[in-house]
Amino acid sequence: MQMTQHDHGHAHDHEHGHEEHEQLKVLGFWIFVVTDCILFGSLFATFAVLMHNYAGGPTGKELFELPGIIASTFILLTSSFTSGLAVLAMNKGKVKEMISWLAVTAVLGLAFVVLEINEFTHLVHEGATMATSAFWSAFFTLVGTHGLHVSVGLFWMVALMIQLKRRGITPVTRRKVTNLSLYWHFLDVVWIFLFTVVYLLGVM
Amino acid sequence: MTQHEHHGDHHNHGSLKSYVIGFILSIVLTIIPLVLVMNSMLSKTATVITIMVMAILQFVVQLFFFMHIREGEKPRYNVQTLVLGLVIVFTIIAGSIWIMTFNKY
Repeated sequence: MQMTQHDHGHAHDHEHGHEEHEQLKVLGFWIFVVTDCILFGSLFATFAVLMHNYAGGPTGKELFELPGIIASTFILLTSSFTSGLAVLAMNKGKVKEMISWLAVTAVLGLAFVVLEINEFTHLVHEGATMATSAFWSAFFTLVGTHGLHVSVGLFWMVALMIQLKRRGITPVTRRKVTNLSLYWHFLDVVWIFLFTVVYLLGVM
Repeated sequence: MTQHEHHGDHHNHGSLKSYVIGFILSIVLTIIPLVLVMNSMLSKTATVITIMVMAILQFVVQLFFFMHIREGEKPRYNVQTLVLGLVIVFTIIAGSIWIMTFNKY
């Protein structure tokens, strides 16, 4: 393709300005992630100060079933990896491969949410509800907020897959996938701390 | 090729290799605390410290290998924001735990 100097320069400036704008939006998303980090920090603090207050109700040690939690942990770790592979495929410009990896990530995310719902149902069945004790209030708030984040991420992922199918890789969809994978890795980090503080310390 | 390299500067964060290394590290960092807790291998305090350190290392692995914290635009506002956020999170958590220890008195 032959272009005059002027055209080329203009196109480049335009492209550059647009990219800078998208970069700024990624920074904006980082700021959101950090505020979310503060939200989870507050919930962790609440949990930490209430974690021994069982009010005579069942304890975490009695009710937690580690095999299910371990399965959830590895499912989420793997989904963090596959969402990274989606970004790699995007950088290579392979739309189909990217959508496939996002689909794998979404399926793993769904499996995680299903396991969590099962766990909550089991706990309620065993007599541990939000109203049982300060420990269980803090537990359901903290773990539930994380589960809600994963669920929201799932809807976002499906919507984005539809958009990618229609529009392909553009600077806008590129930025959206970057943000989504940032969000997904962040949720994985939060889960690791949940796993450590709530479950591992809980069963000790 | 030049087009590809140009994109490399702005977007191409990491390679398959770095993702695989990050993934393996995160699995190892999950298995170690699990084994320690399930077999009660160390004293209680030692276990708590070790598994917390593993969780923090896991966070670092995700930041560097998956979230590409080092590869942002030059004034690294994302890193600065993150540091500020972590200071606030630390203050909230450590402060709450510390204050609540006075409930005993």
